[in-house]
Amino acid sequence: MYAQLVDTGAKRVQSLEELSPEDRAFQERIDAGVKIEAKDPMPESYRRTLVRQISQHAHSEIVGMLPEGNWITRAPTLKRKAILLAKVQDEGGHGLYLYSAAETLGVSRDQMIADLHAGKAKYSSIFNYPTLSWADVGCIGWLVDGAAIINQIPLCRCSYGPYARAMVRVCKEESFHQRQGYDIMLALARGTAEQKAMAQEAFNRWWWPALAMQGPPDKDSVHSAQSMAWKIKLFSNDELRQKWLDQTVPQAHYLGLTVPDPDLAWNDETGHWEHGPIDWDEFYRVIKGDGPCNRDRLRARVKAWEDGAWVREAAVAHAEKRAARERVKAA
Amino acid sequence: MGRQDALFEYLLRLGDSALVLAQRLGEWTGKAPIIEEDLATANTALDLIGQARMWLAYAGEVEGKGRDEDRLAFLRDASDFRNVLLVEQPNGNFADTIARQFYFDAWNVRALDALRGSTDARVADIAGKSLKEARYHFERSADWVVRLGDGTDESRAKMQAAIDDLWTYTGELFAADEVDRILAESGVGFDPGSLHAPWMDAVKQVLDEATLVAPAAGYMQRGGKQGVHTENLGYLLAEMQFLQRAYPGGQW
Repeated sequence: MYAQLVDTGAKRVQSLEELSPEDRAFQERIDAGVKIEAKDPMPESYRRTLVRQISQHAHSEIVGMLPEGNWITRAPTLKRKAILLAKVQDEGGHGLYLYSAAETLGVSRDQMIADLHAGKAKYSSIFNYPTLSWADVGCIGWLVDGAAIINQIPLCRCSYGPYARAMVRVCKEESFHQRQGYDIMLALARGTAEQKAMAQEAFNRWWWPALAMQGPPDKDSVHSAQSMAWKIKLFSNDELRQKWLDQTVPQAHYLGLTVPDPDLAWNDETGHWEHGPIDWDEFYRVIKGDGPCNRDRLRARVKAWEDGAWVREAAVAHAEKRAARERVKAA
Repeated sequence: MGRQDALFEYLLRLGDSALVLAQRLGEWTGKAPIIEEDLATANTALDLIGQARMWLAYAGEVEGKGRDEDRLAFLRDASDFRNVLLVEQPNGNFADTIARQFYFDAWNVRALDALRGSTDARVADIAGKSLKEARYHFERSADWVVRLGDGTDESRAKMQAAIDDLWTYTGELFAADEVDRILAESGVGFDPGSLHAPWMDAVKQVLDEATLVAPAAGYMQRGGKQGVHTENLGYLLAEMQFLQRAYPGGQW
């Protein structure tokens, strides 16, 4: 999802009996539903995993501003422009609270950003796809933010207090984002033949990446099991994907869109939609850096950071001068 | 020129200036020096779009030809835009963006304050709603002029260059033409020249604090308010208007 393939450092989940006394006490607190706070003792692997997960999530919010920001200057009406600006601004705000939540674990925002720029930290694979038409902005809100909500609502109950509280705020805004995306698609679906074609074309491109974004199937996911034991992941990738699929297929049909999966079928017995095979090679390829936009996204972030260095230095220098003057005045 | 025509022109000047500046600020999304400034820039853009929408919606009603805010924003060519030249200047570096904003905000606060007393109730209402936002914009842009001016040697040089470069576009804010005179006489608008001294005082005070030198009086470019723009506006509109032009008649 926004945090994909988070490495927990675990080869398999250890049973309570196998854990050291401290780790066992920690696991028992988690099992009892106690929230872990910044100053509480925690295993180093739990702390490191959370830093990876929360910082990946924060980076996804910040990098995610780029594909949608790409259409702010070209939004088709003033109202759409205002809504999109507000939406992208919210994403930046989410990045800020998440960096703050990660900072409670003893890592600075600058360090996290340096890791992103050095290619050491990841962000969601989904933002390595391009926004080629206005309908892509609709698809990101509807499909991608829709998937994000499904993943993030449970995280409001995760074991780490600062992360859980940040997610409460994030989730409230994400549901507005999803509605704005769907509303863009609805206007296109009711529009001219060209607008309908624009909607279908974008949907064709976003469907599979959005379906894959919850991460690989449960059977291939060692780290998921450890994260679930720690309650920093509450549902498995396949469960989250199923929820998204069941929610999204009827919405696509309502919009008059054709789902680009010939194997998509309703299963009367289970009461769920079933999808055809996902191209996991593509998923891993994009994560490893060969998606259509990986290089551009990272380059854009690094450029913004480097171009802004003199501004940040000036702000620090000015604050120091001002503090020095205050000291002289006080003396 | 009749009073209705003059009012239409006047509302376009207010609306287009807010819109074009918002459009420029939107170009910064995801590219600001620090996330907090990305958010603040987007916030300023949002406020300005809100102001533009109110002015342009009213302009469309005054014109009475069925043009709404979007038809005015997306289906006029450059020569029909009435924004001041200052706001269409490119973003440049962060200091250039701040200087443009600072000059405009220092004017906008005073213009909106004057328009709060307009004899046209709708104008007074829009100005009243927008003034609080404009005051905050001015606080922020003035604050950055000071931080960059009185920051490092590099930031001072960049801030001074930006202040000097854009100076030539400030005179237009205070130059009156027939439209301004008609509206000032009827009490709907104000005499632009009357804002010059208070604007200059405010600007100089901030430049002083920023250890920057106020530019010497020089030649002032003008023409935006009458529809004669710099080359920059055409590109800005080509980008902004693309969808409406490529898919005529669509509902979005």
